[in-house]
Amino acid sequence: MKLGLGILGAFAVIAIFGPLFVGDPTLQVAVPMSSPSWAHWLGTTGQGQDVLAQLVCGARTSLVIGIFVGLSQIAVGALVGTTAGYFGGWVDDVLTTIVNIFLIMPGLPLMVIIAAYLPTGSLTIALVLVVTGWAWSARVIRAQTLSLRDKDFVLAATVSGERGLRIIVAHIMPNMTSLLVSSFIGATLYAIGAEVALEFLGLGDVSKVTWGTNLFWASNDSALMTGAWWTFVPTGACIALVGFALAMVNGAIDELGNPRLRREDAFLAEAAARGVALGVSTPVLRREA
Amino acid sequence: MKYLARRLAFYLVAAWASITLAFIIPRLMPGDPAQALFARFHGKLKPEAIESLKEAFGFTHESLWSQYGSYLRHVLTGDLGVSVSYFPAKVGDVIATGLVWTLFLTGFAVVISYALGTFLGIVSAWRRRGWIDRTLPPLFVFLGAFPFFWLAMLLLFVFGYTLGWTPVRHAYGDDFTVWSVLTHAALPAITIVIATAGSWMLDMRNTMIGVLGEDYITLAHAKGLHPRRVMLRYAARNALLPNITGFGMALGFVLSGSLLTEIVFSYPGQGYLLIQAVHSLDYPLIQGLFLTITMAVLGANLLVDCVYVWLDPRARGGAK
Repeated sequence: MKLGLGILGAFAVIAIFGPLFVGDPTLQVAVPMSSPSWAHWLGTTGQGQDVLAQLVCGARTSLVIGIFVGLSQIAVGALVGTTAGYFGGWVDDVLTTIVNIFLIMPGLPLMVIIAAYLPTGSLTIALVLVVTGWAWSARVIRAQTLSLRDKDFVLAATVSGERGLRIIVAHIMPNMTSLLVSSFIGATLYAIGAEVALEFLGLGDVSKVTWGTNLFWASNDSALMTGAWWTFVPTGACIALVGFALAMVNGAIDELGNPRLRREDAFLAEAAARGVALGVSTPVLRREA
Repeated sequence: MKYLARRLAFYLVAAWASITLAFIIPRLMPGDPAQALFARFHGKLKPEAIESLKEAFGFTHESLWSQYGSYLRHVLTGDLGVSVSYFPAKVGDVIATGLVWTLFLTGFAVVISYALGTFLGIVSAWRRRGWIDRTLPPLFVFLGAFPFFWLAMLLLFVFGYTLGWTPVRHAYGDDFTVWSVLTHAALPAITIVIATAGSWMLDMRNTMIGVLGEDYITLAHAKGLHPRRVMLRYAARNALLPNITGFGMALGFVLSGSLLTEIVFSYPGQGYLLIQAVHSLDYPLIQGLFLTITMAVLGANLLVDCVYVWLDPRARGGAK
């Protein structure tokens, strides 16, 4: 958790302040494809641009899109999920069918067909990612709403005459905060990955500097063939680091919201400390995953 | 059977929805969609041919409903229009050339990755806190954080270009032999396995741990059954059921990744056609690919449902 938050914090600082310290990432500053040196720590691209500058400026655009898409996905997902889960009946049937259709459709071809028709730009990418990704959060939020709907405090609110909208917003949503946060993180993770993939295909604005377009240009300038590893390895490593950090934080939040996981760890640690071997005769807490 | 009929109905609705989406999306585009769509054909096709193509896409001057009807008629009879970048080949024929390769590569890689991941999941849940359980899950979470296609780039760079162990592009060499096809498929397949095996493993591990806590497992142990028999016949078999439904859901995601892998390796499948279509703004081909890939995923899911019904008697009785 701490490591994950630390990595995320570091990237946030880089994204906010980093671009002030590096030069213009679109300027040609040296011989194209020169390997890392003191003047250019991560070398230059096929167009002679500084890779470090591109990496730092790319962090800003990529993370902003990721977070924006994550938030929008949760908003749509929560709206659909809670409505379907709370009202049930035919509303639920219709919404669940729509959610399932979006879940089953392969994401990439759908993204490509939408992005190909709209004018290129960050807004298009964001829109495409929300359209293709919202169903995942809608599904888990619906499931959670279903299980909360029959709880006593919701029944009490219903009996005291509160309206559906108020029950959803004031009673159900606060009780799934950890789920909302973890699906926000999941959505952001998805958004960053899918954004990079789309831009790698050349569907973004290729004149903008983002992590995805960095990889697009690396591939276009045949970085693999010329052995210019520095044009694509750092970008991929950064994406992976952000993704890994998000996944770690997500796991830690799961553990916070699910005391059983913590209890099992504590139990196993205790058993190990006392030198007790766990066998089938000590099934206590084994059930919980 | 009621279960299968319900699933079939859902897939039909999903198929109709995706066909309709492909009709609506171009019409949401700012400006005159037909103009942009067919501008690229000018100089290539006779005006009459363009007119008939417009009709295939439903871009006539009639009302939206009759446009939709004409579009549906063409799609349902398999007429997806003419490709721009592979002019004058029909979209259907262009897609058919890539279909075999995608099915071969993705099919094999997904089966291997699913089998391997599931097996590792079983072992790691069975030997809780053993070395497999301690090392592999974090490793797979770490690998899963890398973009799918970037892993492909890295593997291609290291094993293809730097070490020279594997071919670097296409699906076969100058000679079309089994060996050449296999060596060309090896690295892309390994990429897909590395990138996807982890999620199968983690899924299986989690359901398996849940099943291991059930009373009938304790009973099986108490009866003195061989541990391996308990692990495979009692625990794994039951844990497999929810895992199989997850398999269907994840197929679309896996396929998206393998399309990107194809692009990196210049593997002549659907993914490679897709990037060609994107670069030359070949709208008929993009739409054809979208429809074909979606239908393939729906078909695969129907297959998974059949397997599920075969495995789980409860689904057969309609008790679900």
